[in-house]
Amino acid sequence: MAVIELTMENFEKEVLRSDVPVLVDFWAIWCGPCRMLSPVVDEVSEGAEGFKVGKVNVDEQPELAERFGISSIPCLIVFKGGSEAKRSVGVIPKAAVLDLVKNV
Amino acid sequence: MDDIIIIGAGPAGLTAAIYALRAGKSALLIEAKTYGGQIVNAARIDNYPGLPGISGFEFAQKLYEQATALGARIVYETAVAIEDKGETKTVKTSAPNEYEGKAVIIATGARNKPMGLAREDKLLGRGVSYCATCDGMFFRGKDVAVFGGGRIAVEDALFLSEYCAKVYVIHSARNFGAAPADVERLKARENVELLLGSTVTKLIGEEKLSAVEVTSKSDGSVREISAAGLFVAIGQMPDNGAFANTVDLDEKGYVAADEGCRTKTPGVYAAGDCRAKEVRQLTTAAADGTVAALAACGA
Repeated sequence: MAVIELTMENFEKEVLRSDVPVLVDFWAIWCGPCRMLSPVVDEVSEGAEGFKVGKVNVDEQPELAERFGISSIPCLIVFKGGSEAKRSVGVIPKAAVLDLVKNV
Repeated sequence: MDDIIIIGAGPAGLTAAIYALRAGKSALLIEAKTYGGQIVNAARIDNYPGLPGISGFEFAQKLYEQATALGARIVYETAVAIEDKGETKTVKTSAPNEYEGKAVIIATGARNKPMGLAREDKLLGRGVSYCATCDGMFFRGKDVAVFGGGRIAVEDALFLSEYCAKVYVIHSARNFGAAPADVERLKARENVELLLGSTVTKLIGEEKLSAVEVTSKSDGSVREISAAGLFVAIGQMPDNGAFANTVDLDEKGYVAADEGCRTKTPGVYAAGDCRAKEVRQLTTAAADGTVAALAACGA
């Protein structure tokens, strides 16, 4: 499944009102570790079953970063049933990303 | 069976792979997180010969592409033990898997040393950060603190002082372990306040960091500093405990190996920041990777 580009406009519909858990990657272009993690998140999205994957560019969507109290990136948050279920800061390997989103 | 198994795909490990592959050997890298190591945190690199100004990410990417184009393979697993069987070695991982090689190069690097304070993990990503270049932008116009006095701490403080209202630098010693030119630049910044001979003793704030408690080492006086962010740069620590039965570790946990990167076990080498040595730079990581790979190829 393709990664959803999340914005203020579609966040409510795609994430908060999603009927499956959503893995959201908060990132920025100037953050080296974010760019290391980004292809890992893409891979997870390609094989996603029973969950969705989205990305928030914190430069373009500062309100979303502010709303979820993001102060370190890369930051992965799993949303389930409209609220935050899990959060992980920093680069983690693919297996750990899958663990995060599958055990919610 | 691979000719050379390399634990860690940072600059030392990837350089070792390039040299091994160009010598006609096969190389398998075992990486616990992602390739590139600590250098991906660097906004720009100004001390690697021939590549001034390259970003850490771009450097890691180029190194990875160079190694994989030559045939390097990477598995993303955590190495938990090395078994020495004389002519061959087995590296066990947490997956769990076992990989056999004729030689092993340990290139596990080093990681940021935590402060060891209560609620540090909880506030990580909620004000506490180990990467100023990643997270500095979130603190634009706010007051922040940097804990540490080495090269990275001073570079972080300089970087943050460009964006933040005020930057406190809390350092346990009186002198900085950074380039004198950078220290002078830091002292000249009007929005930087130095708290020398002091340490961070408490993190304050429930859902996110709001202040830090700073204690003076000389008179024990305590003050609270209002800060939305705390950037921790108090040094590095190695992660070699799993290999203690195969190699000797020094008192800090770095692998004892000679300038030829040879450990006490024939066929097991240590390269880069994980090795006990004086200088830890990108150039020395690459140099160690070269030396270890050539030694391993000849073994």
